[in-house]
Amino acid sequence: MKLRTVRIILWAPLILFLIFVGAFATGLIRPESRVIPSKMVGKPLPQFVLPSGAPGMQGLSTADFAKGEPRLLNVFASWCVPCAAEAPQLTQLAEAGVKIDAIAIRDRPEDVAGFLGRWGNPYQRIGSDTQSAVQIAMGSAGVPETFVVDGKGIIRHQHIGEIRPEDVPAILAAVKAAR
Amino acid sequence: MRRLAILLAMAMAAPALADSAMPPAELAYSQLPDPAQEARAAALMKTLRCLVCQGQSIADSDAEMAGDMRALVRSRIAAGETPDQVRGWLIERYGNWVSYDPPLDRLTWPLWVLPAVLIAAGAWLARGRFRKRKH
Repeated sequence: MKLRTVRIILWAPLILFLIFVGAFATGLIRPESRVIPSKMVGKPLPQFVLPSGAPGMQGLSTADFAKGEPRLLNVFASWCVPCAAEAPQLTQLAEAGVKIDAIAIRDRPEDVAGFLGRWGNPYQRIGSDTQSAVQIAMGSAGVPETFVVDGKGIIRHQHIGEIRPEDVPAILAAVKAAR
Repeated sequence: MRRLAILLAMAMAAPALADSAMPPAELAYSQLPDPAQEARAAALMKTLRCLVCQGQSIADSDAEMAGDMRALVRSRIAAGETPDQVRGWLIERYGNWVSYDPPLDRLTWPLWVLPAVLIAAGAWLARGRFRKRKH
């Protein structure tokens, strides 16, 4: 082998090592995102009919959307702690005139009633999804998640995790954009 | 004393509630009556990723959502869908992320090509060495 080729090959391990260091460093500095966005954004809401999730509240079905006005679809559960944390923000959105419906995941009506009693009820309708079936059909990977559904029943936006006070303007903007 | 108090507080702290009070879905832990269907469903479940545990398949996970996904897989297989249809339905919702069986596409082709390239590079290196010995 020519001396020049040997020289290049001698550098190869160090270069490989630096590539690995670079890969690990980026992984440490900017860890891989753990959120799984739904691929249903931009597609019509899946077909579903859910029974009422809380005493005195109406159930929820696909037919309740696509009525010409955007609505929020909040996926929550009474046993979910961050869901309680986002309750004030949902109330704030409802007060701003946003129509909010909900799907209660793996929940009992009496538990949902207790949750609403404690944290307030910003919802117009609540459907009960006892086996997460509609949640999975929506491409939602956990609670809480909030979808913006436009007046034609198309999912326009997905918010993953609890809605924090600083997230409210973005949600309002998404609702406005879905009009 | 302070240490004891902290230990006591830690022992008595209630874990943050992360699971519902509902029993698991019926088909989450019980097999389908038809063994052929159950075999297809079980094989599929091993290749679907749990959404909340991320490092496990839904067959391995005790997470509630994994149980609900198993129930969904079993009921769809029992209704006559093929495993590929069920996988496709989930990929439509969660992307290829949900499947442990990556398709060959723009992003994943190195997985198939790289081993061949590395073997070829190794062979080339070895060939150089052997030729040198002869001299």
